Amino acid sequence: MNSYLLETIRTKFPDAVLETHAFRGDETAVIRKEALAGVASFLKAELGFDFLMDLTAADYLPRDPRFELVCHFYSSKHNYRLRLKCPVYSDDATVVSLTPLWAGANWFEREVYDMFGIKFEGHPDLRRILMYDGFEGHPLRKDYPLKKRQPRIPHRE
Amino acid sequence: MGLETAFGHSYLTTRLDEAVNWARKYSFFNYPFVTACCGMEFMSTFASTYDISRFGAEYPRFSPRQADVLFVVGTVNEKLAPVLKRVYDQMCEPKWVVSFGVCATSGGFYDNYATVQGIDKIIPVDIYIPGCPPRPEAVLDGLIKLQQKVSKESVLDRKYR
Amino acid sequence: MTESKRTELPKNWDLEKLEDGRLLLNMGPSHPAMHGIVRVLLTVQGERVVNSDVEIGYLHRGFEKTCENVTYNQCVPYTDRLNYVSPFINNVGYALAVEKLMGIETPSRCQYIRVIMSEISRITDHLTCIGANAMELSAFTVYFYLINAREALYRLGDSAAGGRITPAYTRVGGLTRDLPDDFKTNAAEAFKTVRKNLSDSDKMLTRNRIFYDRLHNTGHISKEDAISYSFTGPALRSTGVPLDVRKATPYLVYDRFDFDIPVGSNGDNYDRYLVRMGEIHQSMRIVEQALAQLPDGPVNHPDFNVILPPKEEVYGNIEALMAHFKLTFEGVKPPKGEVYQAVEGGNGELGFYIVSDGTGKPWRLRVRPPCFALTGALSQMIKGGYIADIVSTFGQINMIGGELER
Repeated sequence: MNSYLLETIRTKFPDAVLETHAFRGDETAVIRKEALAGVASFLKAELGFDFLMDLTAADYLPRDPRFELVCHFYSSKHNYRLRLKCPVYSDDATVVSLTPLWAGANWFEREVYDMFGIKFEGHPDLRRILMYDGFEGHPLRKDYPLKKRQPRIPHRE
Repeated sequence: MGLETAFGHSYLTTRLDEAVNWARKYSFFNYPFVTACCGMEFMSTFASTYDISRFGAEYPRFSPRQADVLFVVGTVNEKLAPVLKRVYDQMCEPKWVVSFGVCATSGGFYDNYATVQGIDKIIPVDIYIPGCPPRPEAVLDGLIKLQQKVSKESVLDRKYR
Repeated sequence: MTESKRTELPKNWDLEKLEDGRLLLNMGPSHPAMHGIVRVLLTVQGERVVNSDVEIGYLHRGFEKTCENVTYNQCVPYTDRLNYVSPFINNVGYALAVEKLMGIETPSRCQYIRVIMSEISRITDHLTCIGANAMELSAFTVYFYLINAREALYRLGDSAAGGRITPAYTRVGGLTRDLPDDFKTNAAEAFKTVRKNLSDSDKMLTRNRIFYDRLHNTGHISKEDAISYSFTGPALRSTGVPLDVRKATPYLVYDRFDFDIPVGSNGDNYDRYLVRMGEIHQSMRIVEQALAQLPDGPVNHPDFNVILPPKEEVYGNIEALMAHFKLTFEGVKPPKGEVYQAVEGGNGELGFYIVSDGTGKPWRLRVRPPCFALTGALSQMIKGGYIADIVSTFGQINMIGGELER
C-alpha cells in the first residue's frame, strides 16, 4: 500500500531506494546514503518539501549497518511529511551534509556528530556542540556507558 | 585581620558580631547562577506574589564581585563546572552558597555522563533547598535558614583571604 | 594530552584585541541576558557585531540517553524538564507519540483535558517570555504584572496536576488524575487576572516608544531564511508564514475549536512580540471553548495493559493485580516500529521520534526541540546589529535550556 509519494521516489530513484513502508501513517523511504543528497534536493525542488524538520540518528548495535541517519521532511505547501532513512556502516560513518540545501541542517548535523560520531562531508564547521573539547567517545552510542563521566575540573573530597 | 582580632573573645567582639551579622543577614546581595527549570521558581520567588524583598534579599547583582550569596539554581553539568568554580572564586569574602533545588544539591534524577552529582563536588555549600523545583515557600524557608546561620557567625571565625 | 585540553577554561575567555580595531568579546555563559547557559563569542567593531559564534551545551543533561534506560512511563517526568516553561505540552506530545506507536486513542474527556492543559502551558510560556524580555529591556513593572498572571495559572495547573512547574500529568493512555471539581470556576477566575495583567502590560509596552525602538527592526530574518533554518512557531509566524501544527495537522480535538493564528509580516522582534501577545488571547479562547464542551466520562484508556488499573480493582481482582504488577515492573510494551509525532509547543514544532524494539524501554527517543533551530540562526540574526540588540533578539527567540540541550 505505497502512496503516490513513495511511488514517485521509487520510480525516480530505482537503485537508491532499499525499502519503503508506512507504519502508523508515517511514510518512510530507506535509501542508500550515497543517494541522500540527490533525493533530498529532488524532494526540495520538485516535491515541495521546504522544511527539514529534524535530522538525527539511531544506533542499532549489534546490527551491521550499525547506524541509521533519520531525516524528517515537511512540506508546508502540501501539508505532508516524509521520513528518509539511510543505513550507515560503522567502519565508513560518513554521510554527505545537507547544509547547502537547508541552513538549519548545520546544527542538527553537529549534534549527530557529537552524539554518534557520524561525520558529514561538506559541512562548513563540524565541531562538538553539546559536549566539550577533549570529551572522548560519543555518548549516545549504545556502547558508551550511561554513567561514564569525564570531569573537566577535579571534584572536591 | 582587622581591629576585631585585637579584642579576642570578649564582650566587645560579641557586641560587634551582633551588629555586623544583623546588617549582613538583612541585606544579601545575591548572584543568581540560573541554569535550568528551578529558574522559573526563582523568578516567582523574586516577583510580586512571594516577594523575597520582605527578607531583604531582593537585589540581584550580576557581577560576582558585588555579591554575598551565590544562588546555584538548577543543574550543573561537567561543561559548566569550571564556570561555576570561576564565579565562586571571583566572589569576595564573606560569601555564602545556596544550592537551589535537587539537581544542584545531588544531581537529582539526572545520574548520567553529563551531570555533576551536586555542586558540593565543585564548591562548598551553606544551605541546601530540596525540591524539584522547590516551591517559593521552600526558598523563603531556605533563606531564613541562611539568615539564622549568618547570625551565629563570629567575626573572628571567618578566614579572610 | 586530552586531560589538559579538557580541564582548561574555554578559549577566548577574556577580552582580546584583534587587528584593525575589532574586539573579541565574550558574552556568557553566566550572563543575565544569556539565561545562564549560552555563550556567544562576539567579534565587534565598535558597537556593531561583525561576527559571532554561539556555543551551547552548558545544560546538556543526557535526556535521550537516560530515557533509553527507563520505562516508557518513567520518561514522563523527564519530559517535564525539556521546556520547563510549558511542561504540559511536552507531557502531551510524549504521550501522544507513545500512543501513536501503540495505535491506541484515549477517551474524549482525556483529549479535552490535554488540550486545556496544553493551552494553559502555552500562555505561561508566552507570559514568561514577554515578561523576562521586558525585564531585560528594563520594563520591570511588566515583569511583575506578567509573573503575577503566571502565578494564577500555576495555581490552576497545581490544582489539577499537583505540581506548579513539573506536573508529569500524562501517562501513556491517560492522565494521572481527573480535573478537580471547581476547575471551571477557578479557570474563569484565573483568566480574569491574566486578562487584567495582560491589558495593563499591553498599555505599557505595545505603543511605548522605548520598547518599540528596541524591538522594531532588530533581529530581523527573512521568510526564506526562516524556512531554510527550520524555524517553526511564533518566530516563523512573525515572518508571515501561517504555519501552526494545531491547524495544519490537528491532533487531539483541536479541529473542534474556533481560533485564529496571529501572523506578523516583518520578521523582527516586534512582530514576534505581537504574535505572542495575540496567541495568549487565542489560547484563552481555546480553553474557554474546551471547558464549555468538556464531556463527562473516564479519562483513562480502558485497557489494563496500557494504564494502571484503579486501586479498588487491584485489591479485589487478580487480573488487575497482575496487570498492575506487570505494568509497574516491565512497563507498557509498544510493538516494534518507529513514529514521529509533532505537537505545537510554545516555541514551535515539538517532535518526538521514538524507536521501539518491542520491550518496555524505548530503544531511541529523540526530541525535535523547536528552539534548537532558532538558536542555530541567532548568529545570523544578530549580525550587523548593536551589542545591546542581542538582548532583545535572544529574549524573543525564547531559548529554553532544557529543550535546547536536553
